[in-house]
Amino acid sequence: MKNFSWKLALVFVVLVTAIIYILPSLKPNLWPHKQINLGLDLQGGMHLVLEVDTEKALESTIERISQEIREQLKRERIRHVAIDRVDGVKISIQIKEEDSNAKVQALLDDEFRDLRELSNRTVAGVKTILMDIPDSDRDQIERLAVDQALETIRNRIDQFGVSEPDIRRQGVNRILIQLPGIKDTQRAKDLIGKTALLEFKLVDDTQSLDSALKGSVPPGREILYQVDEDPETQRTTKQPFLLKKRTLLTGAYLTDARVQIDNQFNEPYVSINFDKKGARIFERVTGENVNKRLAIVLDNSVYSAPVIQEKIAGGQARITGRFTTEEARDLAIVLRAGALPAPVNVLEERTVGPSLGADSISKGLISMCIGGLLVVVFMVLYYKTAGLIADLALILNILLIGAGLAGFQATLTLPGIAGIILTIGMAVDANVIIFERIREEIALGRTPRASIDAGYDRATLTILDANVTTLIAAVVLFQFGTGPVKGFAVTLSLGVIASMFTALILSRIIFDYILMNRKVKTLSI
Amino acid sequence: MQFVKPDVNVNFIGKRKIAFIVSAVMITISIASLILHGGPRLGIDFQGGTLIQVKFAAPVEIDAIKSGLREIDLAKSSVQEFGDQGTNEYLIRTDGSVMTTEGFTTDLQKALASATGSELEMRRVEMVGPQVGQDLREKALFAMFFALLFITIYISGRFELKWMISGIMAAALIGAVYIFTLLNVSIPWLIIGALIVTLVLFWFLELKYAMGAIVALVHDVVITVGLFSIFDKEFTLAIIAALLTIIGYSLNDTIIVFDRIRENLRKYHKNPLEVILNRSINETLSRTLLTSLTTLFVIVTLFVMGGGIIHDFAFALIVGVAVGTYSSVFVASPILLAWQSKQRKK
Repeated sequence: MKNFSWKLALVFVVLVTAIIYILPSLKPNLWPHKQINLGLDLQGGMHLVLEVDTEKALESTIERISQEIREQLKRERIRHVAIDRVDGVKISIQIKEEDSNAKVQALLDDEFRDLRELSNRTVAGVKTILMDIPDSDRDQIERLAVDQALETIRNRIDQFGVSEPDIRRQGVNRILIQLPGIKDTQRAKDLIGKTALLEFKLVDDTQSLDSALKGSVPPGREILYQVDEDPETQRTTKQPFLLKKRTLLTGAYLTDARVQIDNQFNEPYVSINFDKKGARIFERVTGENVNKRLAIVLDNSVYSAPVIQEKIAGGQARITGRFTTEEARDLAIVLRAGALPAPVNVLEERTVGPSLGADSISKGLISMCIGGLLVVVFMVLYYKTAGLIADLALILNILLIGAGLAGFQATLTLPGIAGIILTIGMAVDANVIIFERIREEIALGRTPRASIDAGYDRATLTILDANVTTLIAAVVLFQFGTGPVKGFAVTLSLGVIASMFTALILSRIIFDYILMNRKVKTLSI
Repeated sequence: MQFVKPDVNVNFIGKRKIAFIVSAVMITISIASLILHGGPRLGIDFQGGTLIQVKFAAPVEIDAIKSGLREIDLAKSSVQEFGDQGTNEYLIRTDGSVMTTEGFTTDLQKALASATGSELEMRRVEMVGPQVGQDLREKALFAMFFALLFITIYISGRFELKWMISGIMAAALIGAVYIFTLLNVSIPWLIIGALIVTLVLFWFLELKYAMGAIVALVHDVVITVGLFSIFDKEFTLAIIAALLTIIGYSLNDTIIVFDRIRENLRKYHKNPLEVILNRSINETLSRTLLTSLTTLFVIVTLFVMGGGIIHDFAFALIVGVAVGTYSSVFVASPILLAWQSKQRKK
């Protein structure tokens, strides 16, 4: 008797807790607790796995170092033949041996101690020093690049306005992004994936663009294009520019970028503000190059190349180009959030439109109801009153799975719904095992009381054993699965645990109650 | 109501030779189909590639879709109807991962709309790069392997109450796998190797129940995989989930029969093993059939009404449950007899 009330209390507590957890999902805002999370496959959205091209981050670091070396040598008037980035991540310095060997060596020892010398050869009076970055520094640079990319992407998504995005690092150089409910997936992807490296470079009008286009690009120069799309005909035109390779100013000095509307043409443009240092550089660059053209380059394509009319102080510039308001807005976002330290590649993408998600939910629910109904009716036909008890346990079971999902803040996915449906079929199993045992005991001529006791006693271990194996499979799935499959593992495990609880404790109480209140001669089973 | 009368006594064990032939034929067909198809047909999850599900507002011709795809250099993709009839939904698959270019989905939508003359909705886009595909493939195989490992340990410990031996088993298995990895064999062979090691160990350590259970579940998984191959269905992440569930279900069924066998062995220890096995199977027959029935109720509903995405998943479960029920009666228990003939020979 004491045992009975203890179990009753337990069931009561579990039931109340379950209802508290599940109510917000049925009727939003009724309770301060959270609703069941729906997976991307049910509510629509985008799942992206990006890879940060850390090799590129390394290359740009090397490029920067070689430029520093070049400038230092220039400042100290040390003569050199060439300084280049070779094989991607190595620096080669070539000097005429006799005149500046010692000075270069001293400079390298002094200012660039972190570089590692790989080889040192002298051919025909020219000495070539080959250097690279040591492995530990290399790891550091790569790690920083991923960290920074993560931070930048998070910034961009925050400014784009997505509710509850999930952005996290995966492995060494991957970033996992989940954007639930997002509709314009292409736009979001473009926004996230854009490197957004803003550079200011001078247009070289002193040399022939035509001969450069034919293949003889002068040293230290490069050809970049301006791509325009006519909004009416949708024809794209490409205009080439011959630019000096050296970057005068980058977007790193930006403090703000905003969309403005041009008064004259009524077209949107992006106005950018530099910080103090950037403003100083911009003032100097424009002052030194009056009447030359300054190209605004974003991710290696030219946006505009206006002629510098006069020295520009104050650190303000504008980026024009035939933008739609949306494009201008996105450009402002990526400029504000900053450039990615290295380009990112999309490794995996899964997008589900909201209508498909809604379809999946309704189809899943319909299958669940019909399948459930079949089982419920079958159990009553087969086991009569006992079947009703099993049905009650089944309904409570679904309630418990729902509450578990809400309580653990797990995510419900389409395979997850399939998992619930599967548990409906399997949940009655525990009851079937017990009922079959009880029938056997009755067939042996025992009283109802003795049959029920024996049935439960013998079935308990069997049920535990059988369910542990399913649980093992579910736990392994949870460990190795991703996204939707994980959702399946969660509902399956919840279902297994809930069905053990309902079969071994809840239905037992009901049987005990029936036996206690009336003097039962026969069992309806 | 009662489907199976309490005094039922079918001689299942007596028919074990027929069952053995049936199983052998099914497994041979499965393996033959796998070999003919050059292994299971992997979906984009495991192979990399792009899959696009589109829904048109009006009925369209597949050829029109293909001509639209040709315009944006996707001539090599396959187009196939998807889901229920009359919903105008199609699946487009390509091998390469083409998604990375800017504006891809917009271009695709425009090209398809102009080629078919119908409005359309891009309902689902999945792109998996070759690298991720390989990662997922390894992950899935490891999942199968670890499920097998843990279940092996649990069964040999729980059923024979030989936790020590099961510990040794686990150590030996992990050691064997370690040696295999040193030899640099690919993961499918690693799993097959581990499986053979497991079975050999079971045989010599006389872990009868564990042997029966594992043979039954391998039997079920192989036949399910084989049927997938025969129907030329794709392997996706969801199908791996289904296979692991089948493993769980198959064991569940087997364990319930085994539990009864252990109980009856204590009760009627003077009877020959064959009689006890038969008795146990018959006693649990009602439960075996009922549970399979209720489970089949729901998964057939899911198969019919759950929609295209869940279709193959439900199919795998139906096959698995059906075969799992058969194997717990006709495969798992007869294996226990194997040691009897071994002892007789001595």
